[in-house]
Amino acid sequence: MDIRTPVPTIYGDFAKKHMELWRGQGERLKSTFPSAIEEIRWPGESATDVPIFYVSKSQLVEVLRFLKEADGFEYQFLSDLTATDEEVEPRFEVVYQLASFVSGSRIRVKTRVREGERVPTATSVWVGANWPEREVWDMFGVRFEGHPDMRRILMDERWEGHPLRKDYPLRGYQLFPDPMPINVDLLKD
Amino acid sequence: MEKTVKHREFGLPESPNYSITVDVPHESDPDDLWKDSRVYVNIGPTHPAMHGALRMCARLNGETIEKSYCEFGYTHRAKEKLGENRTYHNFIVYTDRLNYCSALINNVTYAMAIERLMGVEVPARAVWIRMICAEMARVIDHLICVGINAVDLGAFSFFLYGFHQREEAYTLIEKLCGARLTTSYTRIGGLMHDAPPGWEKEVKDWVVRTRKTVQEMDKLLTNNRIWSQRTQGVGVFTREQCMKYGFSGPNARGSGIDRDLRRDQPVMFYKNVEFDVPVGKNGDVFDRYLVRMAEIFQSLNIIAQCADRLQPGPIWSEDKRVRIPDKDVVFNTMEGMIHHFKFFMAGFDVPEGEAYTTFEAANGELGFYVVSKGGPRAHRMRIRGPSVYHYQALSEMCQGAKIADMVANLGSINIIAGELDR
Repeated sequence: MDIRTPVPTIYGDFAKKHMELWRGQGERLKSTFPSAIEEIRWPGESATDVPIFYVSKSQLVEVLRFLKEADGFEYQFLSDLTATDEEVEPRFEVVYQLASFVSGSRIRVKTRVREGERVPTATSVWVGANWPEREVWDMFGVRFEGHPDMRRILMDERWEGHPLRKDYPLRGYQLFPDPMPINVDLLKD
Repeated sequence: MEKTVKHREFGLPESPNYSITVDVPHESDPDDLWKDSRVYVNIGPTHPAMHGALRMCARLNGETIEKSYCEFGYTHRAKEKLGENRTYHNFIVYTDRLNYCSALINNVTYAMAIERLMGVEVPARAVWIRMICAEMARVIDHLICVGINAVDLGAFSFFLYGFHQREEAYTLIEKLCGARLTTSYTRIGGLMHDAPPGWEKEVKDWVVRTRKTVQEMDKLLTNNRIWSQRTQGVGVFTREQCMKYGFSGPNARGSGIDRDLRRDQPVMFYKNVEFDVPVGKNGDVFDRYLVRMAEIFQSLNIIAQCADRLQPGPIWSEDKRVRIPDKDVVFNTMEGMIHHFKFFMAGFDVPEGEAYTTFEAANGELGFYVVSKGGPRAHRMRIRGPSVYHYQALSEMCQGAKIADMVANLGSINIIAGELDR
């Protein structure tokens, strides 16, 4: 067995169980948002465990809200929000992992972002997207439009650069001897 | 109007950690005893009541938290960056340090994530041992959570009962892999060592003893009046709020969300064991405590069932890509030596692909989102720690609560700084 060939059919029986549901959802999503869905990658055809919906930035929030609230979708649970650095433009992909409690299925939504571009925030759909979005800003330098509190989260606020970018060195230490004082502005009404 | 009171006036050392600002504010409330002053306090990052290096900045009205914000990241060790720079085998040790109270669950989930990407099947004995490990880690984690929560509220002996059983569990884990806390027990495609002979018998004895102890702990605390008063109706987080914030695990179940990934999205042999999913109702500290106590019993039942079904057999997958060569081959043949060297120095290749693997960890949904572009290192190694989503909600949970209740809330949602900061 050649280890370099992709093996797309190995992700367990999860895909087998939900494939029909996903196909139907893909069709519906395409007809509802004809211009927003850029591409769909299906498990079995490409190397992924669940379908990936590539959504254009401009309609991202509408699509996410539709996925959360529409009958037959009900992906109410934002399991994870993160990003990847692809090194070629469009450089970043913001990744949303969604889970449904009704059907028990999972899907992945991605949006492609060029360097310096902003993504609309998902905090209006899930309040819990607040900190993961801050983390994406902190680690990748992707800003979110309309986010209530766009500060760094894991790194110190004086940190320079974004550590999870591929061009950031592994040992890019920065030391700050003093802790940050209380930010009184955040505690005003 | 705002005036900053000098630290000397409070007799505190001059340090940014202790800065106290007195603010003279807004509208006057006739019942507001402290109407002319709001105090900003900084709790943590090094404070005995904050579990790990967590920091909370709060504006206080007397003893009530009016507004607060939380910070973390003081133990950030760049695990995700390391995941892109270490081979898949090397990364196993880093998973121990995520949720260090249940290191085995992290090991198991990580191994599953990579096996899923590669399509590696693990033999039955290894899976049963992994399940025992995962459930034992869950028991340990829950014992710590309820124990420390009780210590924060002043019940010390309860904690010691649990701690004794936890130490015994660590002794059993030590027999498996030689380490107590940072286990690194699983390997991709197998396990570090087989369980020693008679281990399952010892596990079953431990289950019996622990069940008895937890029943005693239950008698000691659950109906205690002080405990009820300190916890019932405190830190109430409704079902809707939990959904909004992405709660999972016992904290979500405490609020009545009936979801357990072991049952709803079964991996390993969870289909073949019987267990119940305890669900709370009110979403307060007390319900979260009850859910954890009930889950300990369920986990003990699962361990007993697994130990019964443990049959002798191989613990390694036959897949040549991931299997660590046997020592007699390594020391006696040239090819074996080369294989060994290549395995540990260069690592094995994982085919292109991406998968998000989740497992019900002790605190909730633990996820590894691994993107591989081929080669021995991951392109992206994202770790979804449940604590991030729980800690995010602490500010809202504590709004309008007393400082002492903040400590109860923090203990009940079981924030582990290791998986929070990663």
